[in-house]
Amino acid sequence: MAGNSNFQSNNKVVNWIEERMPIFSLIDGSLGASYPAPKNLNYWWNFGSLAGLALVIQIVTGIVLVMHYTPNTELAFDSVEHIMRDVNYGWLLRYVHANGASMFFIVVYIHIFRGLYFGSYKAPRELLWILGVVILILMMATAFMGYVLPWGQMSFWGAKVITNLFSAVPVVGDSLVQWLWGGFAVDNPTLQRFFSLHYLLPFVIAGVVILHIWALHKHGSNNPLGIDVKSPQDTVGFHPYYTAKDLFGIGVFILVFAYFVFFNPNYLGHADNYIPANPLLTPASIVPEWYFLPFYAILRSITFSISIPFTDIVLIDAKLLGVLAMFGSLAVLIALPWLDRSPVRSSRFRPMYRWFFWILVIDSFILGYVGAQKPEGIMPTLGLIGTAYYFFHFLVLLPFIMPKYEKDTKLPESISNPVIK
Amino acid sequence: MATNENKNGEGVTRRDFIHVAAGGVGAIAAASVVWPLVDQMNPSADVLALASIEVDLSSIERGGAVKVMWRGTPIYIRHRTEAEIAAAKADDSAVLPDPATDGDRVQKPEWMIMEAVCTHLGCVPVGAEGGYNGDFGGWFCPCHGSHYDTSGRIRKGPAPRNLAIPPYQFVADTTIVIG
Ligand code: HEM
Ligand code: FES
Repeated sequence: MAGNSNFQSNNKVVNWIEERMPIFSLIDGSLGASYPAPKNLNYWWNFGSLAGLALVIQIVTGIVLVMHYTPNTELAFDSVEHIMRDVNYGWLLRYVHANGASMFFIVVYIHIFRGLYFGSYKAPRELLWILGVVILILMMATAFMGYVLPWGQMSFWGAKVITNLFSAVPVVGDSLVQWLWGGFAVDNPTLQRFFSLHYLLPFVIAGVVILHIWALHKHGSNNPLGIDVKSPQDTVGFHPYYTAKDLFGIGVFILVFAYFVFFNPNYLGHADNYIPANPLLTPASIVPEWYFLPFYAILRSITFSISIPFTDIVLIDAKLLGVLAMFGSLAVLIALPWLDRSPVRSSRFRPMYRWFFWILVIDSFILGYVGAQKPEGIMPTLGLIGTAYYFFHFLVLLPFIMPKYEKDTKLPESISNPVIK
Repeated sequence: MATNENKNGEGVTRRDFIHVAAGGVGAIAAASVVWPLVDQMNPSADVLALASIEVDLSSIERGGAVKVMWRGTPIYIRHRTEAEIAAAKADDSAVLPDPATDGDRVQKPEWMIMEAVCTHLGCVPVGAEGGYNGDFGGWFCPCHGSHYDTSGRIRKGPAPRNLAIPPYQFVADTTIVIG
């Protein structure tokens, strides 16, 4: 990153520091005019910088919330109400933090589907992609534990249901769950450790983001054509071209964010979380936050066990199978660079894949919808079909079916000369 | 460096030995540092100490039920009616996902005492509060639709096991100690 910088300055102080610690050339080579970026990046490339901003917003608002929040089952709920009613601008900080989690996920999901559409996970960016999936998993853990902190009904029962997933692990399941809880039920020890980890993980995410960007800068951004940069004519300096474009994106993002914070702050949340946690009473329906719904649908879709045919011997029971499917849905993303065999990156030149991409998008929405419904009527079947299709896409379609039918398309010569002759 | 090149006849050098020994000691040291960090998350002594409660059953009428808290876990105590006991006994021979007889699950047939924790993912099943008690008249878990019979045995839905029976004993006719 710093290597490609030809940073120079007339300022003596700057030069003194640069001589001892080349931080200015590092910045210049990473975000400045010396970092060459493909000149054809479209708006889907804005979401990386937005994700970074969302992380910073969560960390800043989170740190100040901790100045008023108390991680104790007796006090947590009231301390959040205290933040909402008494602390100066407390309502703002909490609404920004709570809605900020949603904004973070929207941005990251778009960022991921961008990668899926334009083949950004393919060589030489496999590791970059995998680090991205690691960030997603860490975000999910962080958001889950954060949601437990206000200690409302959804906090408590969400924590209970999700930690109970681990009881599906054969043999050690129950001890594992007690270890996670620090007791025989979700209780104060659980809340306190979740608080500790909720504070820690965002900084781990920040560390992985640095690796993610390091890997990005080794080969530079992919682009809508999915072809390699061939000459300096194919690129423009990151600054001012993409710094300006990213800033514009940030403006739009903040408008959307502000709409939720100021006009509809509880729209994305669940009303039951304004009822203090009650371990004796399960709410009529437990619905996770919207960003977990597709995964929750996958978890619930499995209601059958795998047994040895014609015997009663159950190999994998329904509960474990559901848990495996849910984690599997993330694992296939990690394996994706090797599941997709086509050397062509961008969907622009893969008409068949483009169809399947959009079907996968629709499938994800269907799963999200099913995850929000009660498991009644046609919902379980719909969830099962959606889950089956999700895995079919990654495990059958991409590696085995597509290579047979996909025709080689001609790729453009270069980014500057994108016309296919 | 001649000594390091000296073979002891089996192709193993002294330096190999030092590597293995250092690695082994390092691994043991690492494990002994990691273990306290892991084990601190297990239930602490005070949590373990809160392990038993006494409950007076005399105020619970036939057909009624109460929920009490034991170690942070809700416990159902249901004073079963004759009809409920008969239904539970009759189903001993039914096809059960987690086979158990009603006799195995109670100490006194009229007192059904068990953890109100669905064996699927831990919700509290409803039963005896009035309203819908599932297809088998016992308990119903609203979270993902598990049906339990009047003996707390899983009959239908995603839960794999019967509702658990906590350790308890009758210290008097209508007094129990749980834990
Ligand atoms: C990856 C970044 C983060 C995400 C996705 C995230 C997510 C969440 C979520 C979903 C909640 C529940 C909001 C509610 O409904 O009330 C929450 C609460 C909380 N978070 Fe975070 N968080 C992040 C970073 C942080 C950091 C870095 C800190 C502290 C240094 C922090 C401190 C808190 C506190 C104290 C609460 C409880 C107060 C409240 O409920 O608003 N968070 N977080
Ligand atoms: S927790 Fe009871 S059915 Fe899932």
